[in-house]
Amino acid sequence: MSSSSSSGQLHSSSSELDLDRPNIEDYLPSGTSIQQEPHGKLRLRDLLDISPILTEAAGAIVDDSFTRCFKSNPPEPWNWNVYLFPLWCLGVVIRYLVLFPLRVLVLTIGWIIFLSSFIPVHVLLKGHDKLRRKLERSLVELICSFFVASWTGVVKYHGPRPSMRPKQVFVSNHTSMIDFIILEQMTAFAVIMQKHDGWVGLLQSTILESVGCIWFNRSESKDREIVAKKLRDHVQGTDNNPLLIFPEGTCVNNHYTVMFKKGAFELGCSICPVAIKYNKIFVDAFWNSRKQSFTMHLLQLMTSWAVVCDVWYLEPQNLKPGETPIEFAERVRAIISARAGLKMVPWDGYLKHSRPSPKHRERKQQSFAESVLRRLEEK
Amino acid sequence: MGNTSSMLTQYDIEEVQEHCNNTFSQQEIVSLYQRFCQLDRSGGGFISADEFLSVPEFAVNPLSQRLLRMLDGLNFKEFVAFLSAFSSRASLQQKVEFIFKVYDTDCNGKVTVSDMLNILRDLTGQFISEQQREQVLSHVLEESGFTKDASLTISDFMKILGNSGMKMEVEVPVD
Repeated sequence: MSSSSSSGQLHSSSSELDLDRPNIEDYLPSGTSIQQEPHGKLRLRDLLDISPILTEAAGAIVDDSFTRCFKSNPPEPWNWNVYLFPLWCLGVVIRYLVLFPLRVLVLTIGWIIFLSSFIPVHVLLKGHDKLRRKLERSLVELICSFFVASWTGVVKYHGPRPSMRPKQVFVSNHTSMIDFIILEQMTAFAVIMQKHDGWVGLLQSTILESVGCIWFNRSESKDREIVAKKLRDHVQGTDNNPLLIFPEGTCVNNHYTVMFKKGAFELGCSICPVAIKYNKIFVDAFWNSRKQSFTMHLLQLMTSWAVVCDVWYLEPQNLKPGETPIEFAERVRAIISARAGLKMVPWDGYLKHSRPSPKHRERKQQSFAESVLRRLEEK
Repeated sequence: MGNTSSMLTQYDIEEVQEHCNNTFSQQEIVSLYQRFCQLDRSGGGFISADEFLSVPEFAVNPLSQRLLRMLDGLNFKEFVAFLSAFSSRASLQQKVEFIFKVYDTDCNGKVTVSDMLNILRDLTGQFISEQQREQVLSHVLEESGFTKDASLTISDFMKILGNSGMKMEVEVPVD
């Protein structure tokens, strides 16, 4: 059912298709193997036998679902025989010497058109807020379309196009900053994003601020309160652009979804899930921000044949009575993962930047301690 | 984005295989090498404690701090040798020896009561009091015919764990 199987990737290996298939066992919290069978008297060998815990540790060293989430999976090479190799070489020449310059040209023209209209609109229409906002919105959509054109984005949008209404928040899985560009070319969303450095940061603080985007810094805790307040104010406004949040808080390689941050689900709004699935037939759209800058990432996309992806606007969801924001977030994550054919893993994406809290370990210790005490009493 | 596996020659693989007593197939060693390079973020040819801890599933393991003493700064050969106890081809003797090594922190060939208490403390944390732990341990020790200040040797371990149907196996994903 997943899009990758429907799009018929010839190059995908069988293991890749397996990764797309949800596997219930993987959702279960790890650590269940520590639990010993509840019956039987405690013997010395039950205490000494630490093999289940060691096996778990070694298993994590050999392979772990967290690292898999952030692993780049480049498309499989197909230039492996004498007939294909010249074709591939021809492709390289076309991609780098014909397509790439053309795309740079397209992007330059786009920027010239954009800037030459955006600056006058921004400066001259100071008094007419409504008109100015409308024009700025269309212009941001326009420059995003140029960006998408610069990597020949073949994007299929499924479902109704988002409308502007108060009290609704769009949430989407996150693979790369280009998610934002792809969504933005259809609708001028106001997005919540990590503040970046360099030219991306400059764009953020000048142009994107005009569509109501909100920035934060992941490492600063006081930012969170300010952002939370801005969010609440934003969703109440009737004329604001629809809000878009990437609740994973980090880019994942489009095979998995990591835990959603609950912030978006506490606002008391309808949540409109958006699922994005990239087809890796030409290029891996995952932005591995540790390994490459965003500029290099864009260059990689601009020298590939095309970026192929599917975007689904899914049915809006509301908090059910008795449901906690976290359960709500998990439900929406399940909907997005099912649609895009992604596997859910019980990890917090911020673990890329920090260590897990000791409470995970304490839970394992508690279950072991309980089983020891229980079995000690059995005679 | 070079293919890391191509950096291992047949000779390298055979050398590593010999080092781990042929507990891993050549394909498994190639897979382990890819994993090693992935974990070795700094690219220094060894994996530091910090790099091991960047795997959350490992970091939350109750024994991770203890294992890190064996793991910190391993190069690829040592890395494979460490994991060889978890291979399905490793003998029971090898597996028990590995467990013994985890207990025997001062490497004197004896596991004392305090060694066992240390592990038990790692496993149960604050959920059992120190006094209770000592009680539990001396209770099961006496029941198995040891005094409560006994020190166990590897052959004791073999006797205790040898026939418990222990399954300590980790499958190396091979593509």
